[in-house]
Amino acid sequence: MSIEVKDLRYVYSPGLPGETVALDGVSFEVHDGETIGIIGHTGSGKSTLLQHLNGLLKPASGDVYVDGQCITDGSVKLVEIRRKVGLVFQYPEYQLFEETVAKDVAFGPRNTGLSEEKIETRVKASLALVGLNYDEIGDSSPFELSGGQKRRVAIAGVIAMEPSVLILDEPTAGLDPSAHREILSMIELIREKMGIIIIFVSHNMADVAALSDRIIVMDGGKIAMEGTPQEVFSHEKELSAMGLGVPPVREIMTKITAALPEIESNALTADEAATDIKKVINIPKRDN
Amino acid sequence: MIRDITLGQYYPGESPIHRLDARTKIIATILYIIELFVVNNFWGFLIAAAALFAVIAVSRVPVKFIFRGLTAVFIIIAFTFIINLFMVDGRVLWHWRFLTITYEGVSRAFFMAVRLVLLIIGSSMMTLTTKPIELTDGLEKLFKPFSLIGLPSHEIALMMTIALRFIPTLMEETDKIIKAQEARGADFESGNLFQRAKSLIPILIPLFISSFRIAQDLALAMEARCYHGGSGRTRMNEIHFAKGDAVAAVLMVLFLAVIIASRYIPVLYK
Amino acid sequence: MQFIEVKDLTVEFTRIAEDGTEVKGKRAIDGISFSVEKGSFVSVIGMNGSGKSTLAKCLNGLLLPSSGDVIVDGMNTKDESKLWDIRSRVGMVFQNPDNQIVSSIVEDDVAFGPENLGVPPAEIRKRVDSALKQVGMYEHRLKGAHMLSGGQKQRIAIAGAVAMRPECIVFDEPTAMLDPRGRASVMDIIRELNSEGITTILITHFMSEAAQADRIIVMNAGHVLSDSTPRELFADMDMINRAGLELPPVVELREKLGLPDSIMTVDDMIAELRKLCR
Repeated sequence: MSIEVKDLRYVYSPGLPGETVALDGVSFEVHDGETIGIIGHTGSGKSTLLQHLNGLLKPASGDVYVDGQCITDGSVKLVEIRRKVGLVFQYPEYQLFEETVAKDVAFGPRNTGLSEEKIETRVKASLALVGLNYDEIGDSSPFELSGGQKRRVAIAGVIAMEPSVLILDEPTAGLDPSAHREILSMIELIREKMGIIIIFVSHNMADVAALSDRIIVMDGGKIAMEGTPQEVFSHEKELSAMGLGVPPVREIMTKITAALPEIESNALTADEAATDIKKVINIPKRDN
Repeated sequence: MIRDITLGQYYPGESPIHRLDARTKIIATILYIIELFVVNNFWGFLIAAAALFAVIAVSRVPVKFIFRGLTAVFIIIAFTFIINLFMVDGRVLWHWRFLTITYEGVSRAFFMAVRLVLLIIGSSMMTLTTKPIELTDGLEKLFKPFSLIGLPSHEIALMMTIALRFIPTLMEETDKIIKAQEARGADFESGNLFQRAKSLIPILIPLFISSFRIAQDLALAMEARCYHGGSGRTRMNEIHFAKGDAVAAVLMVLFLAVIIASRYIPVLYK
Repeated sequence: MQFIEVKDLTVEFTRIAEDGTEVKGKRAIDGISFSVEKGSFVSVIGMNGSGKSTLAKCLNGLLLPSSGDVIVDGMNTKDESKLWDIRSRVGMVFQNPDNQIVSSIVEDDVAFGPENLGVPPAEIRKRVDSALKQVGMYEHRLKGAHMLSGGQKQRIAIAGAVAMRPECIVFDEPTAMLDPRGRASVMDIIRELNSEGITTILITHFMSEAAQADRIIVMNAGHVLSDSTPRELFADMDMINRAGLELPPVVELREKLGLPDSIMTVDDMIAELRKLCR
């Protein structure tokens, strides 16, 4: 499984006074099993880009290939593409509509015309993947769940289509810290169990650093930077000019290494930072 | 695309038209619409169109912006045109199988299309040059006399304000929900009428829930900002008649006279 | 001087059962007491469902106590004749930027509060202009609200509260739905308003935001779990874990390194590491 985006261009309201170029010559590739983090401030073209990857928007020019197959030339059935590429929108809990959790999760698979037994297996499996128990909540109304649970049900609804690519647009937006942590470990579990390509957008740089194999930085409808978290977050100045930051641990370590040059570190997480500091400084055990 | 719809939008400006009292503009618009139905020949439309273009020129709203609003209702105009083109009996101009175009049909089709275009542009001039809040204030004041017979003029005006405010929000919300369900393989385009109606459920239920959530949030926010009905409220911009409104009133009367007179201008054909 | 006093406040939601009788639901707030000093900056933090939003709505009489009292500037929120007075003194900004803007045009929305208070038109104009300048949105005053970004909308909502000339503003998760840029700009405005003397109550689940207050109240399951300065709270790992809070990055690193609890800032940490180096 792979995704190839070639010279994608998209314009909102073409030929009208409100004309804006949302994507301008965007090209990149994603390989099997990769997890890609996309960052960029509001209006940089992230969401527009995501909607091209499963054919919800049609580019003005350029092509998208999913598994070598061009999905932008009109030869592939859209339902087929959407089964392959699962897209979870921002605040996906707002799309829930069925009486029960199980029925809602079944909506996607049912649209692809699966048999009832297969649908049920999928519903159970995808609920388990997002950390929910079918027997406990399958028959309850999705509207009675907590915010974090609702979101996981909505994500299960997309996973139940068994996509080869899972795209998540700001999956942790608006959640409290514990629900946030649950979503992160859910993403890790999906990656581990399904081994599919995951592309996610986030404003939380610590999450992006922790989860991504590669990061794509969007700015003004173009790809401004692309690389591993280490590579991308070493450009602190350029990122801040785009209204973006680096993981908080990196900020702290920049200050610490400036004050104590004997410490060498380009850590992005607290664990990495602690290891780097302990290499140089011997810290006594706490007495309490 | 939803954001291309300019019908009912406000175009900020400082022109004499913008400065007119909202009530003047509401009355002028109603009068203009009536006059479009008084007109019985193309001379009348020519005069009405000239007047409208004069208003547009004075308002300094870009013509391009106005016509953008028309594209949204293009289908209605085209439909009206075609229906009239083929449905009117008279002297045959062109005939092919069951389709017949008559001289009267052509004339009537143009007549109706021009009327519709003028009507839409005319009324969008009101919304383009009047802030929504002034428009609803104007309506509230115009309706005020009817509150004696129990018409809740303030509440109606507030409802309109909120409706205008949330139309773009709900349109965006609808767009998002449709896309989210499409991403789950929902199909809104195939099947018979019943199946299609049923396929709307995944859109309508989330949309209802969204609307209720908005209503709940908004009610709280309004209460927190001390909203307690129309009594004792003041306005930042009290609307009041000024010299411009007197000028507009005179022009409206003159225009009405010209339009009525236009009915008696001899027509070139017949 | 105490501006808000919360005394033994309990809020209990009732629901109507299928047979039509009222059934007592769970206690969203369960007997809490605290007070807020005039001009101070207090944040309230806790998981979803901890009762923090319910508490916010009690502070200006949007919700009334099931038992106990909320006294605002000497007025009880239960006293119906004082309700509008209380709400004009305690402004409120909510989470969803879209759902709290009433009018389509920015300046008309900011005017909504003062209009409800019956302020004379010329005075409203002055208040609206100065409120918009305060949040840096004056040049957008004639724009349509739906054309603005989330952060800008939230600034308009703040201007709407400011235009009522309140003594206190309660912010109920104002940054939860914003991107980092919008979040930073809203936090800047909140700090600035507080420095101008507005009593500020910030409800949030971002630790980095709560840390900017003079005092943090931690809520859990309707109770006040702790009420302390940020410094005291960040030294109390047990409390942070019990309340399900996120660790500020410096504190997280401190814990990973096993450094003393007294370290709160990067500078503290640098000083400590320097000591250990020698």
